[in-house]
Parts: sequence; structure tokens; C-alpha cells
Amino acid sequence: MQKQIQQIDRVIIRFAGDSGDGMQLTGDRFTSETAAFGNDLSTLPNFPAEIRAPAGTLPGVSSFQLHFADHDIMTPGDAPNVLVAMNPAALKANIADLPRGADIIANTDEFTKRNLNKVGYLDNPLEDESLADYRVHPIPLTSMTVKALEDFDISKKDAERAKNMFALGMLSWLYHRPTDGTIRFLERKFASKPVIMNANVAAFKAGWNYGETTEEFSVSYEVKPAALPPGLYRNISGNLALAYGLIVASRSSGLSLFLASYPITPASDILHELSRHKRFGVQTFQAEDEIAGVGAALGASFGGGLGVTTTSGPGISLKSETVGLAVSVELPLIICDIQRAGPSTGMPTKAEQADLLLAMFGRHGEAPVPIVAARSPSDCFDAVLEAVRLATKYRTPVLLLSDCYLANGSEPWRIPEIDSLPDLQVEFASEHNHTDEDGTPQFWPFQRDPETLARPWAVPGTPGLEHRIGGLEKADGHGNISYDPDNHDLMVRLRQAKIDGIARDIPPLEVDDPDGDARVLVLGWGSTYGPIGAAVRRVRRNGAKVAQAHLRHLNPFPTNTGEVLRRYDTVLVPEMNLGQLSLLLRARFLIDVIGYNRVRGLPLKATELAGAIQDVVDSART
Amino acid sequence: MTETANTNQPFAGLELVPRTDAKQTAKDFKSDQEVRWCPGCGDYAILAAFQNFLPELGVPRENLVIISGIGCAARFPYYMDTYGFHSIHGRAPAIATGLAASRPDLSVWVVTGDGDGLSIGGNHLIHALRRNVNIKILLFNNRIYGLTKGQYSPTSERGKITSSTPVGSLDYPFNPISLALGAGATFVARTIDSDRKHFTEVVRAATDHNGAAFVEIYQNCPIYNDDAFEPLKSPQSRDDRLVRLRHGEPIRYGAEEEKGLRLGKYGGLEECAGDDEGVVVHDASVEDPSYAFALSRLDNEEFTHTPIGVFRAAPRTTYDQLMREQIEEVTRKQGEGDLETLLTSGDTWRIT
Repeated sequence: MQKQIQQIDRVIIRFAGDSGDGMQLTGDRFTSETAAFGNDLSTLPNFPAEIRAPAGTLPGVSSFQLHFADHDIMTPGDAPNVLVAMNPAALKANIADLPRGADIIANTDEFTKRNLNKVGYLDNPLEDESLADYRVHPIPLTSMTVKALEDFDISKKDAERAKNMFALGMLSWLYHRPTDGTIRFLERKFASKPVIMNANVAAFKAGWNYGETTEEFSVSYEVKPAALPPGLYRNISGNLALAYGLIVASRSSGLSLFLASYPITPASDILHELSRHKRFGVQTFQAEDEIAGVGAALGASFGGGLGVTTTSGPGISLKSETVGLAVSVELPLIICDIQRAGPSTGMPTKAEQADLLLAMFGRHGEAPVPIVAARSPSDCFDAVLEAVRLATKYRTPVLLLSDCYLANGSEPWRIPEIDSLPDLQVEFASEHNHTDEDGTPQFWPFQRDPETLARPWAVPGTPGLEHRIGGLEKADGHGNISYDPDNHDLMVRLRQAKIDGIARDIPPLEVDDPDGDARVLVLGWGSTYGPIGAAVRRVRRNGAKVAQAHLRHLNPFPTNTGEVLRRYDTVLVPEMNLGQLSLLLRARFLIDVIGYNRVRGLPLKATELAGAIQDVVDSART
Repeated sequence: MTETANTNQPFAGLELVPRTDAKQTAKDFKSDQEVRWCPGCGDYAILAAFQNFLPELGVPRENLVIISGIGCAARFPYYMDTYGFHSIHGRAPAIATGLAASRPDLSVWVVTGDGDGLSIGGNHLIHALRRNVNIKILLFNNRIYGLTKGQYSPTSERGKITSSTPVGSLDYPFNPISLALGAGATFVARTIDSDRKHFTEVVRAATDHNGAAFVEIYQNCPIYNDDAFEPLKSPQSRDDRLVRLRHGEPIRYGAEEEKGLRLGKYGGLEECAGDDEGVVVHDASVEDPSYAFALSRLDNEEFTHTPIGVFRAAPRTTYDQLMREQIEEVTRKQGEGDLETLLTSGDTWRIT
């Protein structure tokens, strides 16, 4: 039977199952196939903090959402068009997100009375009328997988475990995905277990063949490649982009990378990744705690290395004192905060942007720190290069803000040409910089560069520049301990002026206002970039005028920020917190911005946000 | 150097540190800053002894780094004309670890105290010792908090009356030597502020050790805990109490060396006559730390027996060396990293 092929411009698929069902792997593979095919894409993994929550329960559900399209897209999508539900828990946990008419592919083998009861279904929803609004495809994925593998010399359990590959094969057929990559992947992954490898490949192919022959699917779908700017592309997650950025920064600055971190979700992957790149001279140090992580990184910076620590909110709380010390001794240091939902342990695998004020103010004393925020998974690469540029040029700790969504989410990335990467070359002090009254040359560790106000970075091992630094207040210039009131006042102001002065060294805030006559500005920062962009497009398609801007630097703000804000009647600030940027903007610019705040642990939904923007535009018009 | 374990080469801990033939004196290591400890503080003696010892090493000043935390002892780096870092309460071992692991050409010293190293910074101390990073840790133990004005410390004897314990402290104290040994320290020693010769021998032995060295220094605080170590210093009592450990020599003490130590029940050590045939011959190089631990347990709040000298000097490969070797090994096998290869690894596609 020749099946019909339908052209669509985009689709959102969510794979959902038990934590042990391999949904993240399935999603990753589908993503790779999609990337190789040339679609634009955006992904949202969503999994519990527990490694293996009790099987078949709601807390154990793990999902992976992929949005792909024939045009450039900005988010992993609000509502899936297709849900693959490997068990009743996966159906129950995700059904509320599905719009009417969505496809549900359910693994009927798992819809047993026991499994249904576990999640509170009295009747089998696949058999009653409760899913009448959806297109349900009940498919016995497990038993078909086991049947497809009956000739293999493997246990029933191992055969059952390949059901995710069967599902992947079926979806690959349904959306015309290339298959070579997945077969190569399975060959690599199970190279040491040929039987398991062949079984998985067979399950994958069986799924594909099932899609082609079954009457369950009368239509398959084609999403044409997207017209992205020319170049070499790969798919990349935020944490991977951040790790690569650090390696590149180390090379272009000429500084040895020393990463000192304590394991914490969702930052650990950066430690894992960098520990694999020793051939770049990367030193990774798994510290005994968060404090030792930042301490060792600062020690490496003192020695002339690129000291970096990676963590999430709870770790930032612990590192605060050392970040303050780095402010005081004016040494470069990179602190990466992969934000997660708080307070306290909160929701370790869910996203939030609620550490902005912690980054801004979370130290005792006047301790200003530049803050750089990444806006998309691939942008973590550029953001960390910028953080390193500021840290080394201004001899200051820099806080880089990413979050759980950026860390684990992925998108196509146009790989930069090596020649186009920024030159971050650093010069250490090598000579005396002061002459005392009797003509003796001296080294003054706090003699500042008149333009940047940065102090010289004189590393141990440099003859003649021996000096002492510390957390006690230092006298301006020679840097010896000083309790002089006027000196302290001066030093506090100098440290502040140094950070404030960075505003002159960063690009102005760019506004996207196509006709130049919008009266409403939507201003965001960090990972809300995608949802805001998608929402703004939606509102503009409806004919409304709205301007959009996004902050990369949260401290200091670009010099034109106040002027931009004042240009609009209304400024809407969407954030995944209760209004932290809003607070800063009101305080700094005396402009009463309007907040749009959601703290659900998930990226903002573009459709909801579009509604909020439309409301603001409508009320600005009246 | 009778007290040095024979497994260590002279200055083995300075293997990768440049050396100079230029003549150095103690004065070369004195900074221009006025020393501001209280009159009579044991820290003065330690500072002077340390500055007098350094010329022996022949390490250029610029390759010496002293890192401290917070407390009276932590002011030490300001008085040394070397590179120095006065950091955060308890965190010096962490900062020193990052520096030493990334800069093998530096001789890195940590100066800490009983509050800094054993209370707020206990975690970093034990982990630095466990990892065996090539840093030398001098712990000034005065059994009191000085800079915060006289509260009891984790080494204060029980029942101590202090500003925070007006009717006596309740805590059982740490034995720093036992703690260091328990953490797997490869070099553990104790000395006393007032005995410059002994101090110098111990610090020299620490420098001969390639790896983390832990040196506890009994140090007098004349203001808040004066004469805390008097039984070990007074000519009337010290000979009966101080047990001087000398590598390769029988452990005897007393004015006439009439007492000795022999193996007791349950793995401990006990006092015996100096001429007892079971007198233990001290061997700091024993790999198994049980013996050194037994020695450390002799010390008590009353100083009945207080061993000083090198308890343990049993080198093993340092963390920093292993870290370098891993990088070299991987680079040798895989070749030096290439950025373009890195960025284009995995599945890529070209859009034209």
C-alpha cells in the first residue's frame, strides 16, 4: 500500500516513559537524526531528580520534548502534537499538556490493571471514551519488540529493554528521519556486546518496518530542512557549549584551565565533559565541597591560571565568601551558576531564573561582580567567552548565569571558524610599576590601569614582584593593610567604579522594533529569550506592534539601557522568578516596568506569554 | 638530620621548584611590614625560626608562596617577603591545593591555627592531607581562639574556662596528630615554638617530604592561654614528659633516658624501663600508620607523654604529580588537543 505523505512545517514530539525506559536516549537519537536531516530544532529534556523512582509511578516519569521545523524556531514548543506514552504514568503525567487532536502513541502492553491502578486510573483510558478528543494509536510496543527479537540469544528482559528502539524506529519512519546515524550510534555504544547491539538494531528496524506496514498510520509526515545561514552545524546542549567555550577561552587567553567543582545537578555535566579533555591541558579537580571548589579555582587564578568553578544555586550560597575574597583581591575567576528551582534543594532538575539577585548581591560588604547571562543552549559558548574576557581584563570574578533548561536543552549550532574566535590574550605583570621617594623601583599590586582600573596580575614565580594579597582592606596603590577611613571609602568606590566602567566595554542594548513605532517593549534576560521571541512573533503576526530586547549583561547594564526603557510607554519583563530583573530596573532607572512571572520549573510558554503581551499592547493603545 | 626518615631525599618536596645559588639570609625573607602580634606571642619565635631556616633551601623568594586563613597565625604571610595570600577562615588548604596542583614550580606553605585548621576548615585540612597535594601545612596550636578574644578551641582541654564557657567547656578536644594520621597524611610531625633547633629539624624534614606535610606547632598565647605548654617547657618537668622521636633510634626519655616505650596490649604503646629489651626503635617510614597513630595517642590533656618530632614520613605519589601524569599520558596517547576537531566532533551537517 502506498501511503500518503503529508507536508508539515513543524512538529512537537514528546517521548515519555519510566525513568528506566531510556526516553532521554530515545529523544537524543531522534534529535540527532533531525539535526542531520537539517531541520531547525529545540529540545527540552524533563526528568526527575531521583535516579530510579519506583517503576510505573508518576514521580518516575521522564520525558524528552523535541520541536523541529522547516524554519527557524525559538523554543521546544508549548504543547506536543505527538505524545509517545510508554506506560499509564507517562500518559497521566503529560495528557494535560496535549492540545485536542494530538496524536497519542501508547504502549498497550504496559496498560495493565496493576499499572493503571498505580497512577489512579480506574478504567483503561485507551478503552473508554476519555481520550476521544485525541487520535490514539494503541500499539503493543513491548510484545512486538520481544517478538522481533525472539531469534536472538538474549533474555526476555534485555529484549524488553529494546522497546525504546522499536518506538524510535517507528517514529523515524513516521517523520522520514534518516536512520544511519542511529545504527552507527548503536554499533558504537554496544561495541563490546555484539548480541545486544544487533538486537537493538533489529528492534529499531522492526519499529521502522512496523510503521511502514501497519494500518495504524495511514499518513507519514515530511518536515523539510530549514533554511539556516550557511555553515557547518552540529547539535549542542548548553552544558556542552559551556564546556567547549571554556576550552576555547583557555586557548585564546593562553591561560591553563583549572576547573574545580563539586558535583551538583544540573552543572555536573560540565565537570564530566571537561574531565574528558585532558589533551587540552585541562585540569579538573573534584573538590571536597563547594567552598573548596571555588577556593581551589581562586588558588589557580592566583597562580596565573584560568580558575573556574561550576555549580547551581545551593553551591553559589556556599561560595559567596570566596567570591567576595576574589572581589577584594581582584583576581579573575569564573563562577558558573546553572540555575535550578529553589529555594534550598527545590527542584534540582527544573529550571528557574531566581538567582539573579543572589548573583548581584549575595555577598557581604560592597562586592560588585559582573554578571553575564546565556540566552540559548548554543549561546552558552559565547557567554562564557565574554565572561572570561571580562574576568581577565578587569581582574574580577564574573558570574555566568545559565539554567537547567539551557544546560540540558539543545539546538543546532553553527560551529564558529577558529580564526573568528576572540583573542583573549592576557599579559601578566613583569616589571616594577612604581618608584619610591628615594628612587627605589617597587611593585605596587594595587596600582591600577587608568582606563580599566584593573590592577596588575603578578603571578608567583615572577622575580621582584613579590607581594601579599588578602581579604583585609588594602591601601590604594601599594596594597598594604590599611584601616584608614578615607582609604576604605576610596577603595570601595574604586572597586565599584571598575565594575561600572565595564558598561563602556560592552555593546549597547539592541532593540528589535521592525517599524520603529512600537509603544511596548518586552525586555528579558537568560533562557526566556526563546519563549519571548516566539511570543513576540506571534503577537506581531496578529498585527500588533511590539519591540523586543534581551540583556546579555545584567551587571553592569549597557549604557543605553535607561534610554531604551524610557523610549516606550510600557516595558514588560517576563522572568522565571517573581520579578528580580524588574526590581533592578525599577531601582536603577525609576521606571515601573510590568512583570510577567512564572515559577513552574519549566520554560515560559510562548502562547501564554503572547496573550500577556497582547493584553499589554491593547491596554497601551487605549 | 637524625630525625628525618631515610625514605626521603633532601628537599624531595622541592623537586620541580627552581633553586638559586645566590646567597640568602633571613633578612631577605622579612617584609617591610611591622609585625603586630602581642608581646611574648609564640608566633614571633616561629616566624624568626622559619625565616632563619629558609636560606637553607635556596629557593628564590619569588617561588615561595605562603597561604593562610584567618586568625592570629594567619597574619604570617604579611611578614614574609615572598608571594603571600591571606585568605578566608579555614579555606587556605583549598586555595593552596589549586595553586600547588597548577604550579609545581612553587613551594607552597599553608599557615593555619587550631581554630582555622581544625574547626571551620577541618574539612579542607583532612582532604588536602588525604589527596597528598604537595603543600606544607604549619598548624600553630595554642589551644585557644586568640583573634576573637579568647574562646575555647577544638584543641582546648575539657572544662576550660573561657569567655564563651564561663563554667567550663564541654567539648572533647581533637588530637591533631591523630586526626592527620586518620586522614591518611603521609607526613605528620609536632614541634614546639620555643625550641628553634627542633622546629628547624622538623620543618626541614617536611621539606624533604614530597607530598602533603602536616606540622603541629605547640604555640604559646600569652594573653588568652599563657603557659598552656609549660609542662613541656619547664626544665623541672619537660624531660619526663617530652618524648623525642628520632628516626632509627630507640624511643627513650627522662633526664637519664631511664624510660622508654614498648608495644602494649591492643596495639598501643606503653611506658617501660629505658633498658627494657622491648623498647621500640622509631621508624617514621612505616607504611601502615597504626604505629604512628599509637604514638599520637600518648599525648593527653595533662601532657603525661608528649611525643615530638616526625611521627610519620611515608611518601607516596602526590596528587599534583598524578594529575600531571594523567594529562601527559592522555596527550601522549591522543595527541595534543585541536580546537577544530573538538568543535566539529560528533554528528555535523553543512548548510550551503
